[in-house]
Order: sequence, then structure tokens, then C-alpha cells
Amino acid sequence: MKVKVISRSTDEFTRERSQDLQRVFRNFDPNLRTQEKAVEYVRAVNAAKLDKIFARPFVGAMDGHIDAVSCMTKNPNHLKGIFSGSMDGDIRLWDIASRRTICQFPGHQGAVRGLTASTDGRILVSCGTDSTVRLWTVPVATIAESDDSSNNSVKPLAVYVWKNAFWSVDHQWEGDLFATAGAQVDIWDHNRSQPVNSFVWGKDTVISVRFNPGEPNVLATSASDRSITLYDLRMSSPARKLIMRTKTNSISWNPMEPMNFTAANEDCNCYSYDARKLDEAKCVHKDHVSAVMDIDYSPTGQEFVTGSYDRTVRIFPFNGGHSREIYHTKRMQRVFCVKFSCDASYIISGSDDTNLRLWKAKASEQLGVLLPRERRKQEYLEGVKNRYKHLPEIKRIVRHRHLPKPIYKAAALRRTMTEAERRKHERRKAHSAPGSMSIEPLRKKRIIQEVE
Amino acid sequence: MGVKQENGNLGKIVPVTDQEIDDEIDLKAKKYLRGEGANLEVLKDKKLKGQLAVREELYGKSAKAAAKAEKWLMPSEGGYLEAEGIEKTWRIKQESIAREVDISSSKKQYDIVLPELGPYTLDFTSSGRYMAVAGRKGHLALMDMKNLSLIKELQVRETVRDVVFLHNELFFAAAQKKYPYIYNRDGTELHCLKEHGAVLKLQFLKNHFLLASINKFGQLHYQDVTMGQMVANYRTGLGRSDMMQVNPFNGVVALGHSGGTVTMWKPTSPTPLIKMLSHQGPISALGFHQSGHIMATAGMDKKIKIWDLRKFEPLQTLPGHAKTLDFSQKGLLASGTGSYVQILRDSSSGTHHYERYMTHSMVKGYQIRKLLFRPYEDVLGIGHSMGWSSILIPGSGEPNFDSWVANPFETSKQRREKEIHSLLDKLPPETIMLDPSRIGSVRPMRRREKPNKERDAEVEAAVASVKSVPLKNKTKGRNKASKRVGKKQEGILRAKRPYLEQQMKEEQELSQKKQRVSEAVKLPKSLQRFAKKKMS
Repeated sequence: MKVKVISRSTDEFTRERSQDLQRVFRNFDPNLRTQEKAVEYVRAVNAAKLDKIFARPFVGAMDGHIDAVSCMTKNPNHLKGIFSGSMDGDIRLWDIASRRTICQFPGHQGAVRGLTASTDGRILVSCGTDSTVRLWTVPVATIAESDDSSNNSVKPLAVYVWKNAFWSVDHQWEGDLFATAGAQVDIWDHNRSQPVNSFVWGKDTVISVRFNPGEPNVLATSASDRSITLYDLRMSSPARKLIMRTKTNSISWNPMEPMNFTAANEDCNCYSYDARKLDEAKCVHKDHVSAVMDIDYSPTGQEFVTGSYDRTVRIFPFNGGHSREIYHTKRMQRVFCVKFSCDASYIISGSDDTNLRLWKAKASEQLGVLLPRERRKQEYLEGVKNRYKHLPEIKRIVRHRHLPKPIYKAAALRRTMTEAERRKHERRKAHSAPGSMSIEPLRKKRIIQEVE
Repeated sequence: MGVKQENGNLGKIVPVTDQEIDDEIDLKAKKYLRGEGANLEVLKDKKLKGQLAVREELYGKSAKAAAKAEKWLMPSEGGYLEAEGIEKTWRIKQESIAREVDISSSKKQYDIVLPELGPYTLDFTSSGRYMAVAGRKGHLALMDMKNLSLIKELQVRETVRDVVFLHNELFFAAAQKKYPYIYNRDGTELHCLKEHGAVLKLQFLKNHFLLASINKFGQLHYQDVTMGQMVANYRTGLGRSDMMQVNPFNGVVALGHSGGTVTMWKPTSPTPLIKMLSHQGPISALGFHQSGHIMATAGMDKKIKIWDLRKFEPLQTLPGHAKTLDFSQKGLLASGTGSYVQILRDSSSGTHHYERYMTHSMVKGYQIRKLLFRPYEDVLGIGHSMGWSSILIPGSGEPNFDSWVANPFETSKQRREKEIHSLLDKLPPETIMLDPSRIGSVRPMRRREKPNKERDAEVEAAVASVKSVPLKNKTKGRNKASKRVGKKQEGILRAKRPYLEQQMKEEQELSQKKQRVSEAVKLPKSLQRFAKKKMS
């Protein structure tokens, strides 16, 4: 007869000294845990509620400008700094951690319309309505000590005057060229006082320009003739043009999928396109109730932030049609520019009320260094909440946001209008010969044509 | 690759091939997959299909990782008893087992003789470390089984019919003569639960913190022990029932009645979920398997039946009486009657065929009252008329515990933390249902019945005929436009009415049929017509 009985010796299962950690043994057998799904559901409800309790997205405001903030740019080499330009020509470098100005770059006579930093972070390029492009050296060493540096001002490295007012500027990701948008698209080199190349297509002003992060020679521009044009620097003429029904205010390329870009449009929507196939939008992001002024992708490529004329900042998932988060404050007026910080944790918005505001990208995130156990717990709660977020009790809690009354009403009005339009179309379709009326998806409907 | 053994006596270590290890892990991983994967072919949405395919792959990976952890990382191995030669396992006596086994395990076999204080019933905490015993004549005791020491002993001087631990060893409830009482570990009486009445059996639902009780008048009470709120209070309508068990898988309470029916209850419905006629006499014992799919019932008709709870069909019928039934963590079934204990084992897990594994006869005069397997140990606790005993059953307990589910080596700090976490995860009573995996699952869209084309055509024809009838041209101000329109509408409605009534009747019949199907009444064919009449 062979016999064995379970016998556990206490030493193996308990700790030797009180300084040791307690021993933990795991058995993942599902039979030991009953009603797992119900327990997960209860944890998801609690996680959703805790999320709401800890949701404090506003970190602080940076004030100093005396006119509306018109443009911002990030310094790719220095996480803590951000440059902002205002409508009265004042350019400042801010330290995000202390929310103070490090130094100012005075010089522009009119509004500063575009700001960009070179890839190595040492040169700042600015352009404005006074038809000048100015290059500045970014002070590097003194960023740490900023006691008396709010009065620091820097002399420009170079000032290039040209023929027309500029609307936007962007720097190549890996290279020495930058492009300005004005009456036409001009390509400049740092050391030349005249543009090395010029692209024209049509007679209208070009209002924004963006270089592709993956392909350094490709850039996208948007013009006031409601078009989006793609250029390749290696070719002498523009590559493709897409005409939409309304003007695009800003474009941003997805840093993780550089063939896709998203355009912030005047008709309150953002359209994501695949640059290789421009006849149809990949996704339409609808949630704003007024023109979308600026858009910026997170470095993870998974979401982007938009700032709109309706005084709100929204965060959208890159492939989702609706926003996952909305930030608004009574004091924040029309948002003209937004930026996602380079570590994907913060959002900076510059608005009409002369302030830059710092927000958290995830409203209930605990900032600072988390212990591994804390981090794992947060990840678990996030995961279990996502698993059950379609159930009504949890959906109601997760979705709930307080909207300012004008936005709530405007959104309701838009909804009734689109709903009425849809119903009328359905009825027309039902009363006409089958197949004669086809519904055109919104992704295609807003595009008039694509031109080579 | 495998090495051929020249000499069979050279030990049994054969190097296993990688393929065999993979197969073994695949087999083990099935358990962790928790059911079949979703059928993604029926999805038309490509984006959703892609996302779900990625997720299914992740599930497969995590199941494999869990299977690997089970194979290589578990600290203990299970017990076993193998007979050699012509020996049979059910002839092996406890004394011979005690001789083969180490000292600490042989200490787990003992007999406590307390003849004056009545038949004893017992309960273990979920970690198996603490035991509460109650003698009928009022003797309550709390014991620490690791050190085999008595923590507290009290004499309540009243009949005690049942004892049950609450969520940990600090609290236990005793069903005394008139009401159940809740006591502290120090023996202090904390609560007297007057609403329950004279309780016969108590059960505690751990995940929900609900104390369920059945009293002399056949009333089922559910009380939330965290807030003290009485969640539900139902009259079973079937008279006094002495048997109550909780299905650990879904939290459903099963009652055994004297008519031979087993009813299953949940706190949110006043009528039972299931009523099954299982025996031709009163039910004498009930037991649930840990997986929740197998139930064992015993009746006065000298039969022990093993039921499949998914189809509600008996899998096996064994002859014999049983005063008490219990399943162990590894699926062994213990049945006790008189002074004879029989342990049955599932011979092959696919077919569920239970056969005799071990037996144990106690001293002739001892009447067994309750059998309970000790969790995470190979020990069976027996409460009988002369005290309580404990015997060794190799292979009955789960060898590897999970510290965050139940830890036999818990310190007081760990116990406090666990209490708080289980309170945070307390399930609301609505989550008790027959199939707990339905939570969060997608309800299949009930395809609306395609409208009957012929009926549509008939309706159209009737309406057209009504419309074609010309209305009488009235004069002298009686021919108002609104009245004409009203008359026309009335005519159309009248034409449509019989079809609408027919549709409503059909829908009502459908819903009634559904209601009828959900109550599984097992009656012989000759009696079925009476049952239908009762329900309608």
C-alpha cells in the first residue's frame, strides 16, 4: 500500500524572522475562487467611483502674457520647457514644473503666429504678422535656476524679413530645414536669409504647416481654400491636394503611425486621414460644438488633444469617434493652441484669456513615483473597469461629465439637427426606388474632391 | 529524447520529451481558460473582430502561464492512496494508514469522546485552521486545529441545532432553541437574531456576507451580517425542512424537503429558482461539489443520487442510506449513515462514475450526525453522538492554497487586511444566479420574428377594401372634412383589429410558454395534466 497525506511544515510556509517578508503562495485554479465575474464587477464599480473621486485634472495656470496666446511649441530635448507666443509679439519660455517664465524673447512687432524648435532644441524659430522670421538661441544652462530669470531676455540670432505675413512655421524632424506658411509655403535653411524653395498651389493663403515625423521630407499644409495639401521636398511640385467643405485650422501627424494625420476642421469635427489614401477619411472625431482651433498628438500615438473655439479642451482616442475627456473652466476662454507634453502625462492649453493652463492627461492619475505595487493595482483597476465599462451601472459613472450649460445646449441642438437630417434621409430613401438613394458616410461626405 | 531503461529497478525517473511537457501544459491550460472561446466568425465588424482576436490570444497566453506555474511552482503535492496486489483501497483501515504516515499527520486522527452533551455538529473556516463544534445539549467550542488547542468553550444551556462560522474565525453563529445567536471568539454573545425564529440549519454565503437560515416553520431568511439588514424572508410553502446547503459555485441555497423535492433559492425571488423531485421520500442529505455542477442527494428511499446541475438529470444512483453527504475539494464524496462512513471517488473525470474509495466504521453505538472535509488537508471531520472524530482520507484536500483566497498560516495582520478586502468586494445579493458567468456577457439579440408575409398581405387587402368604399355624401353641414377623415380612420382600425388581436394573443402565448418551461417539474406522465392545470 502506498500512502501519502498532505503534511505542511510550518517553517516552509511562514517567515523566519520578523524582518523578512511574509511568504505568499499562489494557486490560480479557478475552482478555488467562486463567482469571479461578480467580484470583478463589484471591483469595477468601485474603481469607476474612485476614479471620479480622484479626478482633479487642473494642475495650474501660467500667467504672464498680456495678450491672447496664439501659438506654442515644445522643446524636444527638454521635457520641462514650453515656448509660447502671444498676439502682441511676446514670446516666453516657461518652466512647467514651477510654472514660471524662464526667459522672454522680445522683438516681434505684431502677433506671433508660429513657433517651432529645431530638433536639437537649441534654436527657436518664430514667425509673425510683421513678415519676419526670427531665430533665437535657447538658453540651456540656466533653466535649472530661475530665480531672477523672469526678466531675462534674449537677443535674436537672426531676423529674416520677407514679402508677406506668416501664418505658421514648422521644423523638419531630422534636418535643418523649416517651412513657413503664408501666401505660399516657403522652405528655409537656418543660415540663409531667403527661402531655399517655395511651393504654390492655388491663390489662397496657407494657414498651417506640419512636417511628417517619420518621413522628414513630407509635409502637410492647410489653406484657406478649404484644402489640405501634401508636399514632398524632394519633388519640385506639390504631391496631392484634398478639398473639403470647410477650412482646416490645424494638422497633426500621428508620431507612431506617421502615414496618418488628423486635421482639425472649422465644422467642429476632426478628420483622420491616411496620407496614402485621401479619398476617404479614416475616422471622424465628433464632439466639439464650435470650430476646432488646434490639435496635437500624444507621443504614444494613442490619443490626441484638441482645443476649440467653444472654450473646451478635449482628448480623443486616435481611432475613436468621440472624446474620452473634456476639460473646461469658467476662466478659460477661446482655446487657440494645445500641446501634449512629451512624456504623455500633461496637456498645456493656451487661450484667449492670456493664460497657459496645465492639465493632467489622465484626470485621476496619481503623479509622482509610484511603488510597483501601487502601479500594478492602478493597472488592475483600469483593466477591470475597461472590461465591464459597457454595463449600464459602470457606463453611467464613467461617462458622466459636467458640461457648461452653453456647450450642453449646443451639443443637444447639434444632435437634434443631425438626427432630423438622418430621419428625413431615411424617409426619402424609404419612399424612393430601392437602390436609387444611397447613404454617403460622413467620412466621405465632407470631402469635395481629391486633386493630384 | 527518451532514454531506454535497461534495468527496470533503476528508479522510475524517465526524462520526458518536450512534446510531452507541451501536451501536459496544454491539457492543464484548458482548466484556466474557463470555457470556450468566443465565436468570432459571426462578427461582421472587422475592427471589433481584430480587437477580440487579440484578446483571445492573450487569454490563451495567460492560461498557459498559469498552467506552467501549476506544473513547476506549486510547493506541495497532493495525497494519494494506492493499493498493491490484490489489496483493495476500501479495505484499508485507518490504523494501517497511521502506521505508514508521518507523526504530524497521524496526530490528525483522533477521537474526542463527550457522551453527555449530545450529537455534535461541526464547521471549519475556509482556511481549515479553525473548527467550531456544537453539541446538541448546548456545548459550543472553538478549536485551533494547527496546534490542536481549544480557544474557547461555552455552555449555553439550551438546545443548539447548528453552528456556522461567519467570514473568519472571530465570529460564529449558533442556532439555539428559540433564535440564532452570534458569538465572538472570546465567547461573548454579540447578537441575538430574533427575526429568524427557531432555526434548524444555518449557512453563510462568504462572498455576499449573507447568513441564510431555515426555521421550524419552513421560512427562509437571508440577513446581511455587515449592516444587519434582513435582505429577504420567504415562506417556502413546503413545510419543515431539515436540510440546507449552499452551492459554493453560485451562492444558491438548496433546501431538501420531506416530500422528496429539492428547491433552490436566491434572495431576490420569493419563488424557488428550481424545484426538483429527487426522491420518493424525505430528503435526508444534500451535498454540492466545489465546481457547482454536481449535487449529491440522499433520501429515505435508500438511494443516493448524483445529479448533473446543468441538465438537472441524475448521473448515477447508488444504493444505501446517508444521513450526511459532503464533497471534498478534490471531488471525493463522503456519505455517513449510522456508524459507517463511505468515501466515493470519481473514477474517471469524464463520465462521473463514483465508486468506493475508502470506508471507515466507527464504534457500533456512535451515530454519525455530520461529515465535513477539512479544507486544504486530507482530513475528514466526523461529528457524532458521542463527540467528534477525525480520520485521514488521502487525496481529499487541495495541497496548494492561495494566500489571497484562504491562508492556513494567516497572521492577525493578514486576517485584518483580508477582512477589509473582502468587505470591499462584498457582492450584492442580486449577483446570486444559477449561472454566474452570465454577468457582463452579451445578451444575444432576439431576432424579431419576420412579419408574416401572408398576414401582411391580408391586412393590406382589408385596408384597401375599406378605403375603396365611397363615403356617403352628407349635406346640410354634416359633411365636415374632419368628420370624414375620422370615419375613414375608424374604418381602417376596424379592419386591422382582428389581426392585431391575433398577434397579441400569439405573443401572450409565447411568454406563457417561456414561463412554463423555466420551471422544471419532473412528474410522471400520468400526473402532468394536473400540474399544467395548477400553473395556468
